[in-house]
Amino acid sequence: MAEYNTMEMMIVAAARNLEDGATVGVGTGAPCAAAMLAQKTHAPKLVIMFEAGGISPILPTMPISVGDSRTIYRAIMASGMCEIMETSQRGMVDYTFLGGAQIDMYGNLNSTVIGDWAKPKARLPGSGGANDFASFCWRVMVITPQDPRRFVEKVSFITTPGYLTGPGAREKAGLPKNTGPHKVITNMAILGYDEETKRMRVESIHEGYAFDDVQKNCGFQLLKAKEIVKTPVPTAHELEILRKEVDPNRYIIGR
Amino acid sequence: MFDVVAQGEGPLFMDPDADKAREFFRHKNRALVSKVMTVKEAVEKFVHDGEYLAIGGFGANRIPTAVCHEILRQKKKNMIFAGHTSTHDFQILAAGEVFNRCDIAYIIGLEARGLSPNARRYMESGKVKSCEWTNYSMALRLKAAAMGVSFLPGRNVMGTDTFKYSAIKVAKCPFTGQNYSLFPALWPDVSAIHVHEADIYGNCRVKGISIADFELARASKHLIITCERLVHNEEIRRDPTATVIPYYCVDAVCEVPFGSYPGNMAYEYFSDEDHLKLWLKVEEDAGKFKEFLDKYIYGTKDFNEYLELCGGIQRINQLRAQEHLIELNKKES
Repeated sequence: MAEYNTMEMMIVAAARNLEDGATVGVGTGAPCAAAMLAQKTHAPKLVIMFEAGGISPILPTMPISVGDSRTIYRAIMASGMCEIMETSQRGMVDYTFLGGAQIDMYGNLNSTVIGDWAKPKARLPGSGGANDFASFCWRVMVITPQDPRRFVEKVSFITTPGYLTGPGAREKAGLPKNTGPHKVITNMAILGYDEETKRMRVESIHEGYAFDDVQKNCGFQLLKAKEIVKTPVPTAHELEILRKEVDPNRYIIGR
Repeated sequence: MFDVVAQGEGPLFMDPDADKAREFFRHKNRALVSKVMTVKEAVEKFVHDGEYLAIGGFGANRIPTAVCHEILRQKKKNMIFAGHTSTHDFQILAAGEVFNRCDIAYIIGLEARGLSPNARRYMESGKVKSCEWTNYSMALRLKAAAMGVSFLPGRNVMGTDTFKYSAIKVAKCPFTGQNYSLFPALWPDVSAIHVHEADIYGNCRVKGISIADFELARASKHLIITCERLVHNEEIRRDPTATVIPYYCVDAVCEVPFGSYPGNMAYEYFSDEDHLKLWLKVEEDAGKFKEFLDKYIYGTKDFNEYLELCGGIQRINQLRAQEHLIELNKKES
């Protein structure tokens, strides 16, 4: 069996969740690595979109910024923010793939402040394009390490909408129908959402971990899927592409 | 009329009245005259204390770095800043404490590179009054302004704290009854955008992504253009399809080769990741950061001097190779 670190496991699991031919709005950091790995392995026709305007590049190296020139390398169009967000708002973008500082059981994300907004313990970047993508794209995927400081009972600030307060809350607020959180990929598990309660549940657990490990590293009670499966370990091929082509400088996998 | 069902508590820094904006644009000069000047002159003439400032590009991609530096050298203060897709530009302006009010969509961070310690300290200091938005919200505000209307609707933001701390209103659509978030138009007093080519009148060409710059150019009351290259007006007229910003939006044209450095310029040069790392590192210590700013910004007379300090043409050549995925010094194995 090949050796791999937790970040590599997380990116491989994330990449596998992007199917060939899908359209995906990709956030900065680890989501870029996962999208590129998917494109280089099972999903060569994955249509990657970046908020700054890049559409469907064939990524030569992992972008450092979602607006750098790698995002338009051999692309089909170099557009702008309105084109990307309006294509999403129109219903043509299947997934968005985001990172996040804090997440709660309904998949609400915080990247604005830790503590009180007016006098924060820590000021963070804010929404960027995350709120927009998560409002408009059909399904929201999040990639973040399993950590009780990240998986919290109550986020300090809802920057980006998950299911808000539960079933029906997105629609009631006015967000587009039938959209919302889909998967959360961590270094220990793949989590999804219960159809009835819209609460986060464990669906698949990575090699070397058990449900209790995931629960211990989560600040709220997790639900269980009817059947919890084992996540297949990264293949030698996936790891080679990830290390040699996607992130040879180890920007993400070296963290 | 629109039935407003919710509204954010955040401050609206700028008046979204379309008729007032029209009065301004009615008197904006449309004569075909040369607007070529130095960055120093442009900032003296068009950037004023207390006014609303926006910067084009995407943080460390196609940014008018020279204008940001000059704003620090001229010690502009009490401005309102559009913290929209901002990263290195924000880092520079926060270092100069240029603004005391900020519309926030994305600030402090430099994406995968990490957070700016100094910008974070500044935003946590209580010196800056702020309002929350998102990147598309800000793009829509500029688009409304560019269209000459006082707001535009969208389907984002509703139900979140980002909405609660914004100046967005939610209203019912008069046709369908569906909730929409309404974004007030934003006409910045002054903006700066870096482009690939411009003529002396300000007709501009951009290659690659536009981000929200075409909206920003049309929304801005005053616009400073920095360009990689000046081209003759005959070249613009030879291929009018390539013009993305027409001259009548523009107030100043400054030729600044490599002007997005240390940021990326599509098809020209890649970002200088070593120099950006140095900024982040040196910011950890306030004393060292002051020395750094004195050396690289306050102690330089213009952008050329800064470039020389950073390695000059030799460094640019390496970044050009990186941009074009050319491996210099590659040994055959």
